[in-house]
Amino acid sequence: MASSLDIAGINKRFGKGDKSVEVLRKVDIHVAPGEFLILVGPSGCGKSTLLNIIAGLDEPTEGEIRIGGKNVVGMPPRDRDIAMVFQSYALYPTLSVADNIGFALEMRKMPKAERQKRIDEVAAMLQISHLLDRRPSQLSGGQRQRVAMGRALARQPQLFLFDEPLSNLDAKLRVEMRAEIKRLHQASGITSVYVTHDQVEAMTLGSRIAVMKGGVVQQLGTPDEIYNRPANTYVATFIGSPTMNLLRGGVQAAGQFGIEGASLPLAPPTSTPEMLLGVRPEHLQMRDDAPWRGTVSVVEPTGPDTYVMVDTAAGNVTLRTDAQTRVQPGDHVGLAVEPANAHWFNAKTEERVA
Amino acid sequence: MNKNTFETWLPKLVVTPAFVLGFAFIYGLMLWNGILSVTASRMLPNYEWAGLAQYERLWEMDRWWVALKNLGIFGVGYVGGSLAIGVVLAVLLDQKIRAEGALRTIYLYPMALSFVVTGTAWKWLLNPGLGIEKMVRDWGFPNFEFGWLVDTEMAIYCVVIAGIWQSAGFAMALFLAGLRGIDDSIIKAAQVDGASLPRIYWRIVLPALRPVFFSTLMVLSHLAIKSFDLVMALTAGGPGFATDVPATFMYTMSFSRGQIGLGAASATMMLATVAALVIPYLYSELRTKAHDR
Amino acid sequence: MTAKPSLLPSVGRFLVYAVLALATAFFLLPLYAMLVTSFKDAEEIRSTSLLALPGSLNWSAWGTAWQSACTGVDCNGLRPFFMNSVAMAVPAVLISTVWGAVNGYVLSLWKFRGSDVLFGLLLFGVFMPFQVVLLPMSQVLGWLGLSSSITGLVLVHCLAGLAGTTLFFRNYYAAIPKELVNAARMDGASFFQIFWRIVLPLSTPIVMVTLIWQFTNIWNDFLFGVVFSGTDSKPVTVGLNNLANTSSSVKAYNVDMAAAIIAGLPTMVIYVLAGKFFVRGLTAGAVKG
Repeated sequence: MASSLDIAGINKRFGKGDKSVEVLRKVDIHVAPGEFLILVGPSGCGKSTLLNIIAGLDEPTEGEIRIGGKNVVGMPPRDRDIAMVFQSYALYPTLSVADNIGFALEMRKMPKAERQKRIDEVAAMLQISHLLDRRPSQLSGGQRQRVAMGRALARQPQLFLFDEPLSNLDAKLRVEMRAEIKRLHQASGITSVYVTHDQVEAMTLGSRIAVMKGGVVQQLGTPDEIYNRPANTYVATFIGSPTMNLLRGGVQAAGQFGIEGASLPLAPPTSTPEMLLGVRPEHLQMRDDAPWRGTVSVVEPTGPDTYVMVDTAAGNVTLRTDAQTRVQPGDHVGLAVEPANAHWFNAKTEERVA
Repeated sequence: MNKNTFETWLPKLVVTPAFVLGFAFIYGLMLWNGILSVTASRMLPNYEWAGLAQYERLWEMDRWWVALKNLGIFGVGYVGGSLAIGVVLAVLLDQKIRAEGALRTIYLYPMALSFVVTGTAWKWLLNPGLGIEKMVRDWGFPNFEFGWLVDTEMAIYCVVIAGIWQSAGFAMALFLAGLRGIDDSIIKAAQVDGASLPRIYWRIVLPALRPVFFSTLMVLSHLAIKSFDLVMALTAGGPGFATDVPATFMYTMSFSRGQIGLGAASATMMLATVAALVIPYLYSELRTKAHDR
Repeated sequence: MTAKPSLLPSVGRFLVYAVLALATAFFLLPLYAMLVTSFKDAEEIRSTSLLALPGSLNWSAWGTAWQSACTGVDCNGLRPFFMNSVAMAVPAVLISTVWGAVNGYVLSLWKFRGSDVLFGLLLFGVFMPFQVVLLPMSQVLGWLGLSSSITGLVLVHCLAGLAGTTLFFRNYYAAIPKELVNAARMDGASFFQIFWRIVLPLSTPIVMVTLIWQFTNIWNDFLFGVVFSGTDSKPVTVGLNNLANTSSSVKAYNVDMAAAIIAGLPTMVIYVLAGKFFVRGLTAGAVKG
């Protein structure tokens, strides 16, 4: 049965008085039952601390965590009915795979026959039935990951927590397991919170994403919202690879936005004295007749696309074009962007403008 | 809030006996001993204040000075000898010796024995009439003399020999572990640079053993200060009190001579010596660890 | 890391082996002399050399040492003392090991504010000279009515060994990732269940090291044995010392040697059988946490 999760007004401070460090600041997130929330951000942004607070492994300085409407702050982890998958899997080394999966059920004194049934079900779901008698040390990384997930699934908890579970896998395995996690979430429907520093994982797995920095939620939204309407320059540059190009400038005249060395036929919806124009690489076009000009410095073919880096007076920009392009380093090109693809930010506050 | 506090205070509850009893044993009794040392206690504890009178008596006693002198001789001999033999044996064993395992076992087994057993064995070996002295004489050196054990001046050196026998293997084991921890590539680089083997050892390997050296020095010095069993078994402090050390002095005064206050004072002096040794060492250890961070 | 590749010329190697052989002789000499003497009779001891083999294996000294040698007033050999040592060592070793394990478990995986500082203070117990607790402890044992008893000795050994055993386990458990404990907590395991099901099964090496280390120290102890024991509770080390130092007119060296070997046998046997754990204990003891 899926429960809702409310993270309400969570603050977490270490230390006292002047020397205190705020690790989490006024975090407010509502997760609907069955939703898959991603917490993404660089190391030190507070995402793991928040996860530990939800789990009960750490306590907030202020705020409430409500699971299914009930505040669990102060309750020990074992009473919260939450299952967690750890980055290092944390499998019990001296127990067999079957005993690992069934451990929580054993702790809840489930009778052996019922336990075995559940273990078998979960193992079948994850395709690890042939590994039940082995020890963790005898398994590969991907297999251990599955056992860790099996351990969580067997619980049928109210909430799933994932702490960077794919970080220790190689790239190919990571892609496989990502799909696996998504499939399992769809099958089980259990509310999940997933922590990662990898923005690709965030975009592909989450129904909603919370981008965090410095203990503060920078933006909470669907992948589409985060990508196409980033709330500030941090979110804009964190999500999307290669990163969004940011250009400093100001309104010159009606319908003209001036950047260093060029005047672009673009108009921001509102204007402040100093603004940042954001353009994603796939939206930057090469046009011979454009007023903004630059010299190609590096051309990087990646197979399906080619990235072209251009030196301009306003700075170095990267654009993405298809592989058929004939551009060479040293070429002089003109750059343009459609008004609909322009992102506008206040240069001082770094916030999105309208 | 209530349920989680159970999980928080259970661990604390579990270690409480250890800390309470442990601190009472270590610091509580230490303090009590200090108190006894400033009382006029003799046969039985008597809490009449005596100031530093016991300490004055202590430092006026010839016997105490003999004990201190012996501690010095024994300390230097035992620690120095064990370290020297230990490092030599470790370096030799590091040379890819056949039967290294067996030899290590042989050099280290004395550590498994009680000092009393060691003392008893060496007492026999050093027996003037029937031990080594007689053996060498029987070999054709009729004038060989080895009566150190009953010689007031030399008896303490017998304790040194027995002590080295017991602990050199320990020093060797530590040095060997240290040697094994040295990166091979440094040695190879030195070889490529043309250094000879003795030079390599002298300039590269031995300096790298400094931390092991100091921790072994620490442990052995600490054992030297505490050494009671060995002296009691080998010489019982004799002849007379020629091989007395602070530990045996303390025992005799406290439990045979009914001089509890004096014994407590001597124990405090021993504590001070150990503290003077251990605290700077621990301090420097903690500082280097902080530096490395 | 294995021994370095040999850089020595053959002359060097000869020298090395010669020195090692000398050292071997030095270390084996006492043991050999003890063994050999214990099988000789009094006449042989007087007439033959220290190192000469006995004419025949005369076991009488051994019998005397065990059952009838005089150790002061009584002449019952080492047996009663040996039994006292067993009665003292077994509980003391077991209790101090278990106690150290539980303490180490808390201090490494359930740390709380100040726990590291308290542990540091406890560590002084590893270094302190026990002379400093002898007098007060005798008083305490007197008050508890444990003055000259084996129970009193067990108590003292447990207290004296507390710092060391806690150190061993705490350092060992420090290598266990905290995530493992967290996973168990999330799975609903309690403090003790985690210890019993997860941590303890991982502890075999350190338990072995601690048991052997404690047994060796406690069995070999003389100081506590001589201060805190009474007529019926003296351990084997005290018995041996008494036996070898009795001022009877005729010294029976063969009995003395046999007695010494009997007293040293348990720890020697353990050393031979489980030597590597013994070494680990020694090296761990010298490297503080």
